[in-house]
Amino acid sequence: MKTFNYHSTKDVKEATKLASSSSAFLAGGMTTIPSMKLGLASYKDIIDIKRIKKLSGIKVSAKSVTIGSTTKHVEVANSKEVKKALPSLSALAEGIGDPQVRNRGTIGGSIANNDPSADYPSACIALNATIHTNNRKISADKFFTGMFETSLKKGELIEAIEFQIPEKSCYQKYPNPASRYAIVGVYVAKHKSGVNVAVTGAKSCVYNEKNISNALSKNFSASSIDNVVVSSSGINSDIHASAEYRANMVKVFAKKAVEAC
Amino acid sequence: MASLVGSRVERKEDKKLLTGRGKYTADVTFAHQTYAYFVRSPHARAQIKNVDISKAVKASGVVSVLTGKDIVNDKIGGLIAGWRIKSEDGSDMKVPPHPPLASESVNYVGDHVAVVIAESLDEARNAAELVKVDYKVLKAVVKTDEAMKSDNIYKDIPKNLCFDWLLGDRAKVKEAFDKADKIIKIDLINNRLIPNAMEPRAANADYNPSTEEITLYTTSQNPHLARIIISAFNGVAPENKLRVIAPDVGGGFGSKIYPYAEEVVCSWAAKKIERPVKWVADRTESFLSDCHGRDHVTHAELAVKNDGTFLGFKNETIANLGAYASVFGTVTPTYLFGPCATGVYKMPAAYSNVKAVYTNTAPVDAYRGAGRPEATYTIETLVEKAARELGMDPAEIRMKNFPTQFPFQQTLVHSVDSGDYVGGLKKAMEVADYKGFEKRKRDSASKGKLRGIGLCSYFEACGIAPSPVVMMLGCGIGLWESAEVRFNPTGNVTVFTGSHSHGQGHDTTFAQIAADQLGVPIENIEISHGDTDKGPFGYGTYGSRSLTVGGTAIVKACDKIVAKGKKVAAKMLEVSESDVEFKDGEFIVAKSNKKKTIGEIAFACYLPGTYGEVKSPLPEGEEPGLKETSFFDPVNFSFPAGSHICEVEVDPDTGKVELVKYTAVDDFGTIINPLVVEGQVHGGLAQGIGQALHENCHYDDSGQLVTASYMDYTMPRADNFPNFELGFTCTPATSNPLGTKGCGEAGAIAAPPTVMNAVMNAIGTEISMPATAEKVWKACQKMKKANSEAA
Repeated sequence: MKTFNYHSTKDVKEATKLASSSSAFLAGGMTTIPSMKLGLASYKDIIDIKRIKKLSGIKVSAKSVTIGSTTKHVEVANSKEVKKALPSLSALAEGIGDPQVRNRGTIGGSIANNDPSADYPSACIALNATIHTNNRKISADKFFTGMFETSLKKGELIEAIEFQIPEKSCYQKYPNPASRYAIVGVYVAKHKSGVNVAVTGAKSCVYNEKNISNALSKNFSASSIDNVVVSSSGINSDIHASAEYRANMVKVFAKKAVEAC
Repeated sequence: MASLVGSRVERKEDKKLLTGRGKYTADVTFAHQTYAYFVRSPHARAQIKNVDISKAVKASGVVSVLTGKDIVNDKIGGLIAGWRIKSEDGSDMKVPPHPPLASESVNYVGDHVAVVIAESLDEARNAAELVKVDYKVLKAVVKTDEAMKSDNIYKDIPKNLCFDWLLGDRAKVKEAFDKADKIIKIDLINNRLIPNAMEPRAANADYNPSTEEITLYTTSQNPHLARIIISAFNGVAPENKLRVIAPDVGGGFGSKIYPYAEEVVCSWAAKKIERPVKWVADRTESFLSDCHGRDHVTHAELAVKNDGTFLGFKNETIANLGAYASVFGTVTPTYLFGPCATGVYKMPAAYSNVKAVYTNTAPVDAYRGAGRPEATYTIETLVEKAARELGMDPAEIRMKNFPTQFPFQQTLVHSVDSGDYVGGLKKAMEVADYKGFEKRKRDSASKGKLRGIGLCSYFEACGIAPSPVVMMLGCGIGLWESAEVRFNPTGNVTVFTGSHSHGQGHDTTFAQIAADQLGVPIENIEISHGDTDKGPFGYGTYGSRSLTVGGTAIVKACDKIVAKGKKVAAKMLEVSESDVEFKDGEFIVAKSNKKKTIGEIAFACYLPGTYGEVKSPLPEGEEPGLKETSFFDPVNFSFPAGSHICEVEVDPDTGKVELVKYTAVDDFGTIINPLVVEGQVHGGLAQGIGQALHENCHYDDSGQLVTASYMDYTMPRADNFPNFELGFTCTPATSNPLGTKGCGEAGAIAAPPTVMNAVMNAIGTEISMPATAEKVWKACQKMKKANSEAA
């Protein structure tokens, strides 16, 4: 690992002031630290934001669940309020990585990294989330812009993620047997305004599978997915799963999600 | 005193290992320590045109940068192939040079080019980036079955062929096949695996310039072998100036039997710079540079009569050796594979023909089971297919061809001393409720799942091995084992063994044996291994040999202790030696009930005198002290055997295979510690099931290792397994006094065909390992299509 300056702040303003083109915010460090150790990334300044109190915590209202960016997966998984208001989200958090990862990894870190097979981005898309940063609000469909890319500007800090509570929802994933990241993860959410079918793992970036969500918006049942065609074009293909297989799993896991809603 | 042999004594070593108090090579740090980082080839095949170290040597903290040129200049010898194999035509195997640091060419991704030694690991690693190697990249040879048709990697080795070996009689096989009602044929790939010991390889070498001694700490299953190779072949230091210590070692599975380039380079470099040099592999280095396992492409045929009687067997295999012939790389696909390929069956005629090829991949060597898993996978999937094609029950066809008389002369090499294959399979069927399968299959079907059942009956040749036999077959070393039993004056005991424990539980099992033999409480017995300066020379741990060979050496050394003890007791009790009996730690004179404990005898042997008078407890001519050594060379291999049965449930929508039931009934002869043996079986099964369902080493066409981390290489985890149902039968081995046969490799040998037979039974078609969800899903889709067309 290359040497770097370590800063720990208690304040959002101070954190963003320290940020530069060669800095990184550090929350759980689940991706940042291994990348640095493997020599894949190096930074002049590491800005630890874990001590900023306002970034952590869970607020539940009648319409939404708002989670601070440095809230750990384990806190979301174990939160009684989240389990009651949005059980699909606590179940998703419970399925991320392993206990070590859940005890350190944070929601803000997960979505800022936007790993194509991370779980949380699918929740953001399915639950019409709003990403609150230190200077604006970004809707989820504008936030995830590509593989490991988001619309965050340099030095911009996620403060919280606000999820809309749907009528029904469920997340089902087929984990990669090696890494246990999603080969395909499908988050189905039925809102008054329609159904979202957010898919992670299948393409370079999380997306809303419109063919399935349209079918489900008309008739919210597993059988309505049977005749939907999920094209394998643009779908990832690697040693773990071909595009053809992943495309099929999108359907299979969408059905499982609908059945479990 | 109750016998400890056979009892579930808790592992003495676990307190240390499970509380983080183990001492591993990486835990050893010397004063003035330096750290090594290796510059490795990023290419699968290239010529080295130039290595420029000028920037690296000037970098912060760098002590030294050494390259292949320095190896040549210092006349450091190459890594060796330890087993000589001859081709069918009588020619010797062809072996390319394997220098510890390459100076002319690199032949796999991860091959060693230079080493940077610095004050800290970070400085060594950063400076390694400054070593500029000018490569001429060449087209890599990657695939096992294409190697003989590809460019020659080494100019003196045509077709990349190391040897073309035959065991058996082609003419007799032809005769048998001519008489057959049916020929069953199968094409198999035995998938390449990466061993993944929990502790990565490491070395730390310290040189003392005043005594000219090197002390090498290393992650070895076999420190004595490491010393003799580094000394006699690499020429780093004479044996008496090289001490090798393998402290606690976190797993090996074969990959740590022999020294690698890193140990040689660290030892040589420590002497050169007169400072200790430490290297610890990171996980990616382990994936790239540990020797891999398996990697066979096999075509096999079985000639049968319509009633299921086997007549003959053919095995044509191409085995991938990787870029170099490693120490046991050449014996693994030959003598450890070929003889066992006829399985547990009476087979009137058979041959195994193996072509071993070089490719631009990491060297392939022994990995848990070494050759016998490949053999068992071949015969057991073939037998299953025969049952299917003949419309016979898979258990019935096996029963029909089992030998029932022992010793059983197996077709190709072995004389199997004992066994009960019929009894073993019957017991497995009982434990597995074989009869109830059809009902369970219907239950699964009602949930939309496809259920399958698979069987495997195996035997293996282990407890390696009689030295004259293996040396006649080309082995470069003997395979006896040593033990030294040393009484301390106060009556407790240290037992030195030439084998090595890296998870197997020797500290417990061996102490149980010594406790029973000597009648000393187990807590008064320490087992010592892993230090070439402490115990006698030995040949280490692999091939399920430690207990059967090394344990027997302990018994023999204990016998010598007791023999001496009798003489001393007779003198002290003033009776003749023939009047003394030894039982439960006491030398007793039956007639008078006079006795001496073995502790008293030990004390007397070390303090042979009496205050106030000149009187020795030792008989005339007997030396003081109580310490005996034994070198035991077995007269035969040992032959564990067993039958495993498993059931899987396949989800046809996803192709996911769930292992729902696994039964293993094994015959390991006498069991010393059932707790340890069950642990060994569980671990072996996890590795075997890993091969069948999860693990696969994947190189792309250019020779880059795609599965170089746990993000891509699927290691099985606890949640992949059901609770294993274990059972045992026992026919003691006749070739050693304990009657043990060895248990370390059985699970890894039996599980792959057992699981694959179940998967293929569930989906009704053949697929290759690992049976990943996608492969199974595709097979299900194909079957669905075929069935709907048929309908």
